[in-house]
Amino acid sequence: MESTALPPQDAPIRKRRTRRLRLIAALPIAALTLAGCTLPKFGAVAGDTTTSQSVFHLWQWFSVLAAIIGGFTFALILWAAFRYRRTSDDVIPRQVQYHLPAEVLYTIIPILVIIGLFAATLVVENKVVANPKAPVTVDVLAFQWGWKFTYPGSYALVYGQTTQSPEMVIPAGENVHINLRSSDVIHGFYVHDFNFSRFAQPGILNEFTFNATKTGTFFGQCTQLCGLYHSLMFFRVKVVTPAAYQVWLKSFNTPAGIAAYNAATNASSQQTSSHVGTKPTSSSGAN
Amino acid sequence: MTDVLDPTHVHEEDHGHEEHHGPTGILKWMTTTDHKVIGMSYTITAVMMLVIGGLFAEIIRAQLTSPNSGLVSLAQYNELFTMHGSVMIYLFAGPFAFGALANFLVPIQIGAPDMAFPRLNALSYWLYLTGCLTMLSGFFTSGGAANFGWVGYAPLSNSMNSPGAGADLWIGALLLTGFSAIFTGVNLTATIFYLRAPGMTMFRMPIFTWNMLVTGILILLAFPVLTAGLIMLYCDRHFGTHIFSVAGGGVPVLWQHIFWFWGHPEVYILALPFFGMVSEIIPVFSKKPTFGYKGMIFATLTIAALSLGVWAHHMFTTGVVLLPFFSAMSLLIAVPTGIKMFNWIGSMWRGQVWFSTAMLMAIGFVITFLIGGITGIYLASPPLDFFTHDTYFIVAHFHSVVMALVLGAMGGLYYWGPKMTGYLLNEKIGKSQFWFLFIGTQVFTFPQYLLGLRGMPRRMAVYPHDPQWQFLNQLSTLGAVLIGISTILFVVNVAVSWKKYPAGDNPWDGHTLEWFTTSPPPHHNFYRLPKIRSERPTWDYNHPEHKALAHGHNNDGVNA
Repeated sequence: MESTALPPQDAPIRKRRTRRLRLIAALPIAALTLAGCTLPKFGAVAGDTTTSQSVFHLWQWFSVLAAIIGGFTFALILWAAFRYRRTSDDVIPRQVQYHLPAEVLYTIIPILVIIGLFAATLVVENKVVANPKAPVTVDVLAFQWGWKFTYPGSYALVYGQTTQSPEMVIPAGENVHINLRSSDVIHGFYVHDFNFSRFAQPGILNEFTFNATKTGTFFGQCTQLCGLYHSLMFFRVKVVTPAAYQVWLKSFNTPAGIAAYNAATNASSQQTSSHVGTKPTSSSGAN
Repeated sequence: MTDVLDPTHVHEEDHGHEEHHGPTGILKWMTTTDHKVIGMSYTITAVMMLVIGGLFAEIIRAQLTSPNSGLVSLAQYNELFTMHGSVMIYLFAGPFAFGALANFLVPIQIGAPDMAFPRLNALSYWLYLTGCLTMLSGFFTSGGAANFGWVGYAPLSNSMNSPGAGADLWIGALLLTGFSAIFTGVNLTATIFYLRAPGMTMFRMPIFTWNMLVTGILILLAFPVLTAGLIMLYCDRHFGTHIFSVAGGGVPVLWQHIFWFWGHPEVYILALPFFGMVSEIIPVFSKKPTFGYKGMIFATLTIAALSLGVWAHHMFTTGVVLLPFFSAMSLLIAVPTGIKMFNWIGSMWRGQVWFSTAMLMAIGFVITFLIGGITGIYLASPPLDFFTHDTYFIVAHFHSVVMALVLGAMGGLYYWGPKMTGYLLNEKIGKSQFWFLFIGTQVFTFPQYLLGLRGMPRRMAVYPHDPQWQFLNQLSTLGAVLIGISTILFVVNVAVSWKKYPAGDNPWDGHTLEWFTTSPPPHHNFYRLPKIRSERPTWDYNHPEHKALAHGHNNDGVNA
């Protein structure tokens, strides 16, 4: 009975709704214009490698969209719940079950958004997983519970367990190619300031390249549960100037340094020969 | 009573409820094949598992309030988070959804007297209970419980790295609960396909039953894979095979493929039943039909289909999977999930929204799931997954999702509990429980998102190098305490409301068949059935002049 009385009331509600929708749509656009080129960080760090900054920008744009779509949906939920809360026990609203235009709209728009997100993802992903020519190569071996860094073509060797936090020394502004392996279980190579992580897995050689934009010491640690001392499996990445890097590399060319290198590599190659990756040690990016 | 039809479905008038002789008391619970009693057993067991898993969580959170806490040792901490995850995923969320509520409701919602295979149903429950006890008994072995995370990644889970009996008990428990789930999947699928009452066509089934059908099919596709993987793992541990060991020519990453080929459908095996619960609760408390009923069903089917092709988004950082394919498939899941989200909003739109506890829980579910869903979209993008993988961002993301499920579960208990027991729960305590649970969830997860973005990895017993994480961790612990209080309030509510507020047959003006029968329903569920001419037979019977409108137009109730 009351359904016949409803349509006249409907018209003003609908007009009000369109005005309100326009307002909601205008808000984030206005916010973006005000913010100009500097988007908020949304909790992440800008990153200290070239690729990590691309990842960071992807993060910002995902967050902008998430804020708009999430905020809009959140507002819609609260609006629907509070605006239409029960007025009386006896009122039965119009039993509307379908509204095809609306349903099509909220299927098509998400698909378009997804296509955009996927395109942006592809662009950044290709940058991150690219392995450009790199003048510096570091072999990283993760083990329970520490890290070993060796540099093919030199006697440089850094080795340490848990909170000893061994330091991987690399030059700033140069591509650094990492060959990542594990000698026992799965570990995670993660440097927060580089916005990047990769599993170190037995039987698999993982390769990636990055280019640190500034000197400094960056904290890294294992992210994949690897047993008892997982939470203490630290390392550091020390980014120095290319000149300082060459000096550091040559500092191992002493009899003691060579002996230590030979001892460590022989011992570990016997221990882990069957565990290391299938590809040869001298990989594509190395000099 | 012209609407009562089909004498073949009038089971109880033949011999009457009193004449149903059988054992009573504890013997009844142990020997029953009645889906309602089994459903109650599942409910009680699953809620106990929720409490046990929650206790583990509280200890974990207490440990993290200071960077170098010695509350538990490193080894104990690994056991605790492994068992927290395992208990919550394998023993609470799944069994509560497809064991407890589905068992109780699906036959009633389609007008059936019982499940298709009542004895198999009983076997499912006993396998499940045995699985629960098997998994928890790990704590009483000399080596402690399983400690390699709920995902049990090889080779950490092999006999060299995890030699204890706790690991074997974990595998055994997963085999038991896995078979329990498979049998329940068989039962649900068969029941829904073959035991629907006359008039109950597929497109007149309640959304909850639809979601349980899809869940049942997903269980049949996914769980055998996990079971096979577990047998391989057990053979590696004890019979000298080398399926997951590099030294013997095996491939450790195969475990991840097998695990996540089960694990991602499992996410939807967990979520779809709760989507279904919310899809029932919101329309009833808005006094409207489910908005976009058919769209909702196709969204469910799409989610299920996509869920079988996205497992490797858990493995982006392994470096051995095809990133663009799995990224695109994972992003696509946002579309049908968004359709559901807007259909829930559409169901409230211009309705008469009644803020009962069940409805509050459902709205809390929608909001929390929105947060979990949107953060999930980030993780479908490999570059963003690289820098958040295995950090607290992931932990926060899936806790937003699973805490939404807990809100949905509580909504389901407040909504259907009266049907199961015949008595309502106290609404005042229920509402305070909602606020503790809802606010607690957000206070619990938001600091974790920030912690992840600041670089805190998951599964950390201590974080001595970065005390700046302490404040956010303490905030998260505060959230966990609020959630704990909400659970206590639920237990208090059950105790306070015990047999106090009789519910009657239809306390919420429900839509579906379970609200047509008595609370609790009689032995074979129905004394009589209404005409089933839409997906809201009980509503149509009670409000014949308010049938659903086809596509927003006034018509005379013809709803094809």
